[in-house]
Amino acid sequence: MDYSLLFIVLFLLGFGLIMVYSTSSYEANLDFGDSTYYLKKQLFASILGLIAMILVANIPYHFWERFAVIGYVVSAVLILMIIPFGYEAGGAKRWLYIGPISLQPAEVAKLGMILFLASMINTMGKQIRGRKGFWMVLLTPAPIALMIWKITNNMSSAIIVMGIAVLMLFVSSPEYKRFIILGLLTLAGAAIIVFAIVQMAANSTDSLNFRGERILAWLDPSAYASGKGFQTLQALYAIGSGGVLGKGLGQSMQKLGFLPEAQNDMIFSIICEELGLFGGIAVIVMFILLIWRFMIIANNAPDLFGALLVVGVMGHIAIQVILNIAVVTNTIPNTGISLPFISYGGSSAMFLLIEIGLVLSVAKGIRLKDL
Amino acid sequence: MKEEKSYLHKTYHRNKTVVVFFMCLAIFIGLIGRLSYLMVFRSEYYTQKAKELHERERSIKAARGRIIDANGKVLADNKTVCTISVIHNQITDPERVIDVLCRELELSEEYVRKRVEKYSSIEKIKSNVDKNIGDAIREYDLDGVKVDEDYKRYYPYDSLASKVLGFTGGDNQGIIGLEVIYEEYLQGEAGTILTVTDAKGVEVDKAGEERIEPVNGQDLYVSLDMNIQSYATQLALQTMETKGADSVSILVMNPQNGEILAMVNVPEFDLNDPYTLPEDVESEGLSEEKRQEQLNGMWRNGCINDTYEPGSTFKIITAAAGLESGAVKTTDTFNCPGYIMVEDRKIRCHKVGGHGAEDFVQGTMNSCNPVFITVGMRIGVDRFYSCFRQFGLLDKTGIDLPGEAGTIMHQKENIGPVELATISFGQSFQITPIQLATTASSIINGGRRVTPHFGVRVADGDGSNSHSFEYPVRENVVSKETSETMRYILEQVVAEGSGRNGAVEGYRIGGKTATSQTLPRGSGKYIASFLGFAPADDPQVLAIAIINHPQGTYYGGQIAAPVIRQLFENILPYLEKMKYNRT
Repeated sequence: MDYSLLFIVLFLLGFGLIMVYSTSSYEANLDFGDSTYYLKKQLFASILGLIAMILVANIPYHFWERFAVIGYVVSAVLILMIIPFGYEAGGAKRWLYIGPISLQPAEVAKLGMILFLASMINTMGKQIRGRKGFWMVLLTPAPIALMIWKITNNMSSAIIVMGIAVLMLFVSSPEYKRFIILGLLTLAGAAIIVFAIVQMAANSTDSLNFRGERILAWLDPSAYASGKGFQTLQALYAIGSGGVLGKGLGQSMQKLGFLPEAQNDMIFSIICEELGLFGGIAVIVMFILLIWRFMIIANNAPDLFGALLVVGVMGHIAIQVILNIAVVTNTIPNTGISLPFISYGGSSAMFLLIEIGLVLSVAKGIRLKDL
Repeated sequence: MKEEKSYLHKTYHRNKTVVVFFMCLAIFIGLIGRLSYLMVFRSEYYTQKAKELHERERSIKAARGRIIDANGKVLADNKTVCTISVIHNQITDPERVIDVLCRELELSEEYVRKRVEKYSSIEKIKSNVDKNIGDAIREYDLDGVKVDEDYKRYYPYDSLASKVLGFTGGDNQGIIGLEVIYEEYLQGEAGTILTVTDAKGVEVDKAGEERIEPVNGQDLYVSLDMNIQSYATQLALQTMETKGADSVSILVMNPQNGEILAMVNVPEFDLNDPYTLPEDVESEGLSEEKRQEQLNGMWRNGCINDTYEPGSTFKIITAAAGLESGAVKTTDTFNCPGYIMVEDRKIRCHKVGGHGAEDFVQGTMNSCNPVFITVGMRIGVDRFYSCFRQFGLLDKTGIDLPGEAGTIMHQKENIGPVELATISFGQSFQITPIQLATTASSIINGGRRVTPHFGVRVADGDGSNSHSFEYPVRENVVSKETSETMRYILEQVVAEGSGRNGAVEGYRIGGKTATSQTLPRGSGKYIASFLGFAPADDPQVLAIAIINHPQGTYYGGQIAAPVIRQLFENILPYLEKMKYNRT
């Protein structure tokens, strides 16, 4: 068992629960008359997740290889089930109810995709080095990503799925050139889209779609203060007013209804407001340690399949943390991404813990002298 | 195991994982940089922005400066009143709150209950509550009941000098009168209470309050003398009643420096209740516009806002212009046959049979129109007009009250012989009473055009930080000789002429009467007036009484002069005593 990894995860989880309580208690008390409403739900999901993590950690990871294709299919089916059975919350239809537990198919798909790609790359062998292999790894996850984007209207999860695929491909291929070109093309494409939207906004006042306005609000949040820029602006107020040492745990003003759903995607801004730059950097450092641990485990994994599983989880968490903090600090346009282990959200916490279970299982196969 | 071994030799996987880690690390460091920028360099900006968002401002009114008369009597003061409100989510014992508030504020239970049980951030129960009652409620120390102190303007003498003092509006700002003109001194600076609230505006208890204390307004010391003002008011009311007049104005000023001692315009109105029209006005069913018009009428200060044809009191100015320009000497003789021909018009003297042969002094004593028309003709339009300008008659006096009306005079090029003739005895143009008083002052005080005023100085509530006002004085408006001659002539008017009724035993009084018919001519409406000053050789006080539209006798010499006589009989001994006391 890799106790360093376990400790980091437990620390983040415990810290997350404290912050969920801090950010949500005021609103929860107003809305439900129970200040621990969100805390209880999150605690329940976390315990469930920890049990699942321990189970998964004790099963040899090769056991899961046979479910790779089934995982892919199940992900697709669950996403499609959103269309008839989806449950709507906060203006987006993203959830399925299985008994009392709500589930985000997108979370299942991320886990499914890591497993599927690890298995696929493992069986491809040297084929991965060719052009065909390159495109196969890139294109197989694309339908799932497209479905997440279009059906659940969740672009950020789609980006994460594709991001995981690119990272796993990058690690498994000796190639650099293709990835540099791919990266440059993505950057250029993004730049062209931003430029086009700014031009369109300058020429016409109407018919800007949802994300177009998001881009404009990103460039100048105070100009869209009552619309798309509202949440970002409130987050910036929270972060900026925190200062170096913060207002103290529980002392945030912005969580008192100013910053909508402070316990969700924007929780990092309240962490900064209450615990200051010091607290914010501490959280980032914890995530760096987590990713460093993943690297160590991946590089000492007994086989390629194990290494790829760990790289997939590493990519998933790294991308999500980076995008979340970048959104909260208005470094990139606002898109809904939660902060792993800390943000409120049952599905997310559970599936992340299962992924950690996988990584722990891989770590078990490492002989001590390899570390 | 063979396969595993071969995997471990593929070092590029490891290298690439390390590359991924360092890419992530680089991005994280970038984000830390961004975070540091926001939380260190932009912190002040966002903290300020967030503070503005979280804080609710409540202003604390500054106490408005008092208005204090020449003897230190307070004419406009502040009363502390309380506003009682309840904060729903802080109330712990609603029944007791309802019970206490009903009892202390004498309100119905139903009314109070509705407000106490209403879910809102703050609910006002009653404002303008007496301080004693507010204190009593505070004594109960009830949770969720707020007693906020506030100031309300209060005028201890109700209607005294109402049109001079003016009153204040809901935000304690001056609406008319001195309250408007001295707003910047009286007003002070409001303070603020900053309360921290959540997004719904509910106060956050733990955050406490931040207070910026208000700066109270400065007290205004005025030259108005409450004793003279109230006696003059009584006289004016009595005159209005006995003569059946529409309104009566009395103005008392010091001709040496322009300080106004009293300015009465009856009917006055109640400063503590300025929005109620007098009982005899039909106020039912008035449109808002009409009602405002009526109110404005009630608030008008006749001495400065309205102009009238001065009539014979203006002969003081014609005489001074004649003497000053050399057009007439006191010894010049005239003959009055009861009328005078101006071009083809026959202008009658008020004495039908005529005054016969008379010199200029006698002509003034008789208030003989043909004499003054002759003098006016001798002066000529050019010289007459430049005298008006010299006397300051064509400008406003610059009194420290709002809305002073200007002189309505013919254009110089439109003055023909007939106009010149009528101007000479004070008709066919209009001036304000304050203009007449000021111009007459400069003619009798040795030629110094003073600025009429009330404001003497301002000072803080404890008397410190005193600042005296300076008013412009223009010297040599008329020569000292002309001034002396005028004093002599006007003393004769009262001693033996048409102003006999203005004489006060034991005092040397100067003055001039006037009776002017109001427009349209032939309406049978008159304005009777008298301008008097004392002592005649060294004037210390000048007074004008103007009676608008009296019933029955309407001659200024018969009804206005006695008013000034009574006034002088009372205030001259008083002023002497005051002067003695002061020096």
